[in-house]
Amino acid sequence: MGSRDGILEPGTYFMRGNDACVEGALIAGCRFFGGYPITPSNEISALMARKLPLIGGVFIQFEDEIASIMGVIGAANAGVKSMTATSGPGFSLMQEAIGLAYMIETPIVIVNVQRGGPSTGLPTQVGQGDFLQTHYGSHGDYMTIVYLPNSPQEMFDMIIKAFNAAWTYRVPTILLSDQMVGHMIERVVIPSLEDILVVDRVKPDVDPEKYLPFDSKYLVPPMAVAGEGYRVHLTGLAHDERGYPTTNPETVSKQYERMAEKIRRNEDRIIEWEEYLTHDAELIIVAFGITSRSALKAVKDARRLGYRVGLFRLKTGWPFPWKPLTRLAEQGCRFLVVEINAGQVVRIVREYIPNELVYHLPWHPGSVPPPEIILKKIREVFNG
Amino acid sequence: MSREILITPSIDEIKSLMRVERLPHIWCPSCGIGIVAKAYVEAVLRSSIPLDKHVIVSGIGCSSRMPGYIKLDGYHVIHGRAIPFSVGLKSVNPELEVTIFAGDGDLITIGGNHFIHSIRRNDDINVIMINNYIYGMTGGQYGGTTPPGSRTLTSPYGHLEHNFNMPLLAATLGAPYVARWTVLHYRQIVDTLLEMFNVDGFAFLEVISPCIVYTDMNRMESIEFMRDLRRRVVIDNDADLSDLSISMDPDTRIVVGKFVNRESESFQTRYYRLIKKLGGDLDG
Repeated sequence: MGSRDGILEPGTYFMRGNDACVEGALIAGCRFFGGYPITPSNEISALMARKLPLIGGVFIQFEDEIASIMGVIGAANAGVKSMTATSGPGFSLMQEAIGLAYMIETPIVIVNVQRGGPSTGLPTQVGQGDFLQTHYGSHGDYMTIVYLPNSPQEMFDMIIKAFNAAWTYRVPTILLSDQMVGHMIERVVIPSLEDILVVDRVKPDVDPEKYLPFDSKYLVPPMAVAGEGYRVHLTGLAHDERGYPTTNPETVSKQYERMAEKIRRNEDRIIEWEEYLTHDAELIIVAFGITSRSALKAVKDARRLGYRVGLFRLKTGWPFPWKPLTRLAEQGCRFLVVEINAGQVVRIVREYIPNELVYHLPWHPGSVPPPEIILKKIREVFNG
Repeated sequence: MSREILITPSIDEIKSLMRVERLPHIWCPSCGIGIVAKAYVEAVLRSSIPLDKHVIVSGIGCSSRMPGYIKLDGYHVIHGRAIPFSVGLKSVNPELEVTIFAGDGDLITIGGNHFIHSIRRNDDINVIMINNYIYGMTGGQYGGTTPPGSRTLTSPYGHLEHNFNMPLLAATLGAPYVARWTVLHYRQIVDTLLEMFNVDGFAFLEVISPCIVYTDMNRMESIEFMRDLRRRVVIDNDADLSDLSISMDPDTRIVVGKFVNRESESFQTRYYRLIKKLGGDLDG
């Protein structure tokens, strides 16, 4: 395999979240990074710029985030695992291209290290206001896969999962982190390479004349890339199995349906969540990212005070783990959603759980709701 | 170094590289884009680069429909962003010969920022801008190349803004190869494209083309537009590039030619030399 100078040896490290994300991406096979400077994601591009050329990869700092994500989509269509990293304003600029990646079924990975929004907002402070944007930011109906790390270790683990999901399902995949997780320095264990699952592109196994880039007989068609002789035509226009533009309603809906089904039917394989003391809980806190760490402390404190409280931590945002959540609801508990925004995850929870059972603790960006505040809310819920 | 074929390919050879099943095309009668498409197909067939390594990329607009009719790897992406997509493709696979076809609105109006930075970086791509002075597909709005005074859907009293002088802009930014032709110059376009394939860096060609949307709004027949082009065109490879602005005034010249062809090293060449120097493993 040759030089591995850029790839970190297995071991236990004390590492910043954003750096752990780079180490994981390189192990997952990322060999192209396109990005534009933005706080608080900058450590990612800095480390990528240093490491990628050491392992034969290419780093480009583009003129803006639109160019960055387009470069990433281009590189992926040459068959190379590619990613970008950004934060709120840059993520907003990328939205149109995310729709393109979905439409031409190009596997790309986007890291959004969230800061406080809207607009320039709080560039150096934490926020969780981009949760809905990861699924609804681009125009039209589309799907993404979204991972929600809450530690540097998960920045490492989940960027690998993000690459695997992107290349398994040919869909834009997002690692939705935040300023605190990105900048936090903690223990990160890097396993040996043999113990890490890395998924690669499924290549076409038919002759170019027989190849259909969007063959309906597959949920996820094998992917030909530029220069392989398949002579693909890919377009952001609605298209048929050949990739040719069409407005035929039947053809168009068949393709739209397949693109949605490839995620829906694999939902159980993709979703991830974590439960803590939910088995006997009367109230379950729902949280993700940095907020879940504060919530965990609040749960422990509440337990000491005799409140039967548990934690349901979202590890994927999309697909949303609604099945395990509704299973918990069957045990007759109530839910308290805590998030650093005015109410995004809570909307989704309320899609599946009756409104009167769902409480909400919204929080403005700039800080993490402290455990004491969450505990106070828990007491309010219990004491009416 | 190049082993180009000198003879013009037969119509069957041209057709072999077309997605004939997609015809008829969407272009209007009297549109010039098809001429450029044929010139590109001829250049590709004559080039020494294997067909499978030619890639065609476009954004949105009439010109950007070209990859849909040509049987090469083709990517029809979003408006104004063909350049960065191509930079990604080319940067990870330097064997690819990436050619962009764009309209003026797509390339220099919405996509202007990518144009200037890609030339500054000197990406190894070929960029052909088909300039019809207008947004044809959306019904005839003005753009960054619309000559002052032109009537368009959004400048009904005559256009008040100045237009880009594209060869001057590209040359000033440092593009190693800059040319301009009109659709009357089929052979010159083919020759220019063959030269562009050999440039290690940003090769730029502007092709002036009639658009019935533009000519209708400016009360002329397409054929008049073509006659006017023929009358006004002057081939001058050594022209002072600041004289290349396009005016509505029928008494002014439209200067065409191969203006710049200089030694160049692309960003991609420099980057791969860096990888080699660092001992980077390309298969790593």
